Amino acid sequence: MKKENNWKAWLYLMPAIIFLAVFMVYPLIDVCIYALEENYSFAQGEATGIGLANFRHVLTDPYFVQAVKNTFLIVVITVPVSTGVSLLISLGLSSIKRLQNAFQTIYFLPYVTNTLAVGLVFMILFRRTDYTEGLVNLLLARVGLGGVDFIEGPYWAKMFVMCFYTVWVVMPFKILIMTSALASVNPDYYKAARVDGASSFRIFRKITLPMISSTVFYLIITGFIGAFKAYSDEVALFGTNLNQAGMNTIVGYVYDMLYGSSGGYPSYAAAAALILFAIVFTITYINLTVSRKTVQYV
Amino acid sequence: MRVLLENLTKRFASRSEKGKEITAVNNFNFEIPDGQLVGLLGPSGCGKSTTLNLISGLEAPTEGKIIFGDRDVTNLPPEDRGVGLVFQNYALYPHLTVEENIIFPLQNLKGKKKMTKEAMHAKAMEAAGLVQIERLMGRKPRQLSGGQQQRVAIARALVKIPDVLLLDEPLSNLDARLRLQTREELRRIQRETGVTTIFVTHDQEEAMSISDLIIVMKEGVVHQIGRPQEVYDYPVNLFVAQFLGTPAINVLEGEIRGGKLYIGAEAVLDMPGKPDGQVWVGIRPEGFILDSDGPFTCRMDRVEVMGRDVSVVCTHEKMTGRNLRAIIPSENIADAGKKDVKFRLKPFKVHVFDRESEARL
Amino acid sequence: MEKKNSRLGMALIYLFLVIWAIVVLFPFYWMILTSVKSFAAYNSEYIPRFWTPNPTLENYASAFTTVPLGRYFLNTLIFTVATTGLMMLVIVPAAFAFARLEFKGKNAVFAFFLSLMMIPTELVIITNYVTIVNWNMRNTYWGLILPSVTSIFYIYLLKENFEAIPDELYKAAKVDGTSDLKYLLRVMIPIAQPTIVTIMILKVIECWNSYVWPRLITYDQNYFLVSNGIQQIRESGFGRENTPAMMAAVVVISVPLIVLFLIFRKKIMAGVSRGGTKG
Repeated sequence: MKKENNWKAWLYLMPAIIFLAVFMVYPLIDVCIYALEENYSFAQGEATGIGLANFRHVLTDPYFVQAVKNTFLIVVITVPVSTGVSLLISLGLSSIKRLQNAFQTIYFLPYVTNTLAVGLVFMILFRRTDYTEGLVNLLLARVGLGGVDFIEGPYWAKMFVMCFYTVWVVMPFKILIMTSALASVNPDYYKAARVDGASSFRIFRKITLPMISSTVFYLIITGFIGAFKAYSDEVALFGTNLNQAGMNTIVGYVYDMLYGSSGGYPSYAAAAALILFAIVFTITYINLTVSRKTVQYV
Repeated sequence: MRVLLENLTKRFASRSEKGKEITAVNNFNFEIPDGQLVGLLGPSGCGKSTTLNLISGLEAPTEGKIIFGDRDVTNLPPEDRGVGLVFQNYALYPHLTVEENIIFPLQNLKGKKKMTKEAMHAKAMEAAGLVQIERLMGRKPRQLSGGQQQRVAIARALVKIPDVLLLDEPLSNLDARLRLQTREELRRIQRETGVTTIFVTHDQEEAMSISDLIIVMKEGVVHQIGRPQEVYDYPVNLFVAQFLGTPAINVLEGEIRGGKLYIGAEAVLDMPGKPDGQVWVGIRPEGFILDSDGPFTCRMDRVEVMGRDVSVVCTHEKMTGRNLRAIIPSENIADAGKKDVKFRLKPFKVHVFDRESEARL
Repeated sequence: MEKKNSRLGMALIYLFLVIWAIVVLFPFYWMILTSVKSFAAYNSEYIPRFWTPNPTLENYASAFTTVPLGRYFLNTLIFTVATTGLMMLVIVPAAFAFARLEFKGKNAVFAFFLSLMMIPTELVIITNYVTIVNWNMRNTYWGLILPSVTSIFYIYLLKENFEAIPDELYKAAKVDGTSDLKYLLRVMIPIAQPTIVTIMILKVIECWNSYVWPRLITYDQNYFLVSNGIQQIRESGFGRENTPAMMAAVVVISVPLIVLFLIFRKKIMAGVSRGGTKG
């Protein structure tokens, strides 16, 4: 009976194995080959040699350097902000009874919307044109600020919108996960702490936070990975020519090298993608090491 | 249909130690006559369920043969053997109604055996009638009590009219009262259908109360097969004696010398013709008679009232394990205040076993 | 005193929650509002107004007529349905094999699958692009669909779910002579249905919003998905400044998923919290 099962089992697995082999395993090997083939392009079609020249090229390309800088800024700003704010919101959510469901539903909405589409709305809200100052600028003017074009203006303004939109997009996931983590903390701990006369802040510090620390770290790690792969949110706000806008990201750089007006250089794209992977891998590894030391598993 | 097992053996690769093999079923040879209700009894992990899986065809034996009637079914898949199987947790399909669950086996029939919808419905109703669940046909399993689920599982196993019905710990998921009811029910259903039925249990009382035959096994080896009373009265070895009966049999160190059985210094019973030597003495709790002139003395610890009877708990230096326990009618315990208590023993409640081989003498 | 304090605290909590709700909802309000402002009215508002006295639907009409929005819609629908359907055909048998069948090397293959889960799409997309180009599948549905019909994560999720179904059901079915395939179709899939529906919904969301791959693989407008359509509209549709028409298109694109979400709210949120991440 077992022997007969053997080939049948492989039959059930066959589609998955074929698709994974063609679109996952082979490309993984291939991308390394591309990255090592010097001076290869779709137009030329031949490599002149094998080596690390592609990595050298990418690392000295000012566009790539800019992309790395942008990506790191996005990561460093949005991950702590979104994690912190989502923690606050989840704490708020878990301490109310009425309207809790309604709030949760509203907060989750951005998850199911097309980020390209909503990005356009953000662009309109923040943009300043000849016809209008844009809503955000008008609001800023009320407090004596404003007059900045957040979409085609100074770098810090663009970065601000960028991060703001990124946070807006990633919040639903974080709030959802954080809220369910908070809900799973046994209320008896709170009762016990209250009987012991602990203050709300102390309860949060000494009970809630340790209990949900593994979730917080999970969100930080996935947040890092997600933010390092930022791309389509940028396109939504600043258009496809991100280099010109000075707002490109590493992933954006990969695609630009592959395709579009500046494309046709899969070797550069492969080198950049591998660098990205190395960065993400390292950061995740560091994160996991840190979390292993600090997270309390209950 | 009779079931015949010949040299049936099943070995597994050990999970904990690589390269080692575990023999779950060791060289079984026995015949179950047609139409009997058979209890397969043993402590957990003794290979009962494996035996059942071998008979049902869910597992293939390493060696040996399984014969139903005159048909060698050893190499047949389960569906061609004509067996019905009821699982400990019933294994009802949770998304199907009771009727759909019962019909499920019929829908797998192929070729000539294929049935029309009406025929299947009629069959299902018939099986449901047998276990008296006709009113529940539209419900889902989770809407049923444990006892009802059990009946559905039996109906599903019976619907194809199997030659052999197999039940794996059929009563262990039920509460105590329902268990008593259901085992009567099981007996009734088996009588009505006349299907050769084998059920696995670790509960000796359950096995003894309804079986025509019981098979006692341990660590993959069959120790004794026989009618329940016969096995109880003439256990072939110490294990069987200890496994059957509640409270358990009292086991003491003893010696046979010159046709007399000694426990300590006291000659408690005549045993003419038995060879001299060290023995294990097994005395059933009901084998004691209170008698101030009795030859067997032990120190009374306490008396537990059980209603009709009382259980006299004593200590004795030759007793193995815990306290010695004697069950006697409650009116006989007038002199409960005494420290030492004397008994006479009923000869047929006393079994002696060889000290080394533990076989019955 | 104590009570007053906590009441104030509650009020602050609600205030905070309401503010974030506004931040979340405002863009939606603004896109709907803008989409019903007439072009003339919108352009004349140097200071944008939070209300429009004369709502109009003409922008919706021009969204469908000026650019082939209907076409994008249809493409996305075909892409979403086909990808989700094909993916189920791939992952259900695989999960079944891992959860239920015995074969040599099962653990090794499964470990290999899991290790592939770490690989980001960005790494393999380069070669996949070349593959699809070489297969002459640019501007075809197949080119769009094929690379995204497997998901190791969903195989994993489904396998876990299948494994939770008691062994005895399988044995019972075997005794009844049920084939593996029939057992999968008649018993496992119906029992695991909640998970399967969740996976399908999550995949639909992913497909509906996918942007990067379709952008690489299509340059013919006839094969654009809504995301690409939006980008196209932004860069060259409507003469760039017809914001109300653009917003009408955005509303049209966003509505299907929001409706889906409102219907399956509980399922989606439970599914996402079990391990869906965006992107």
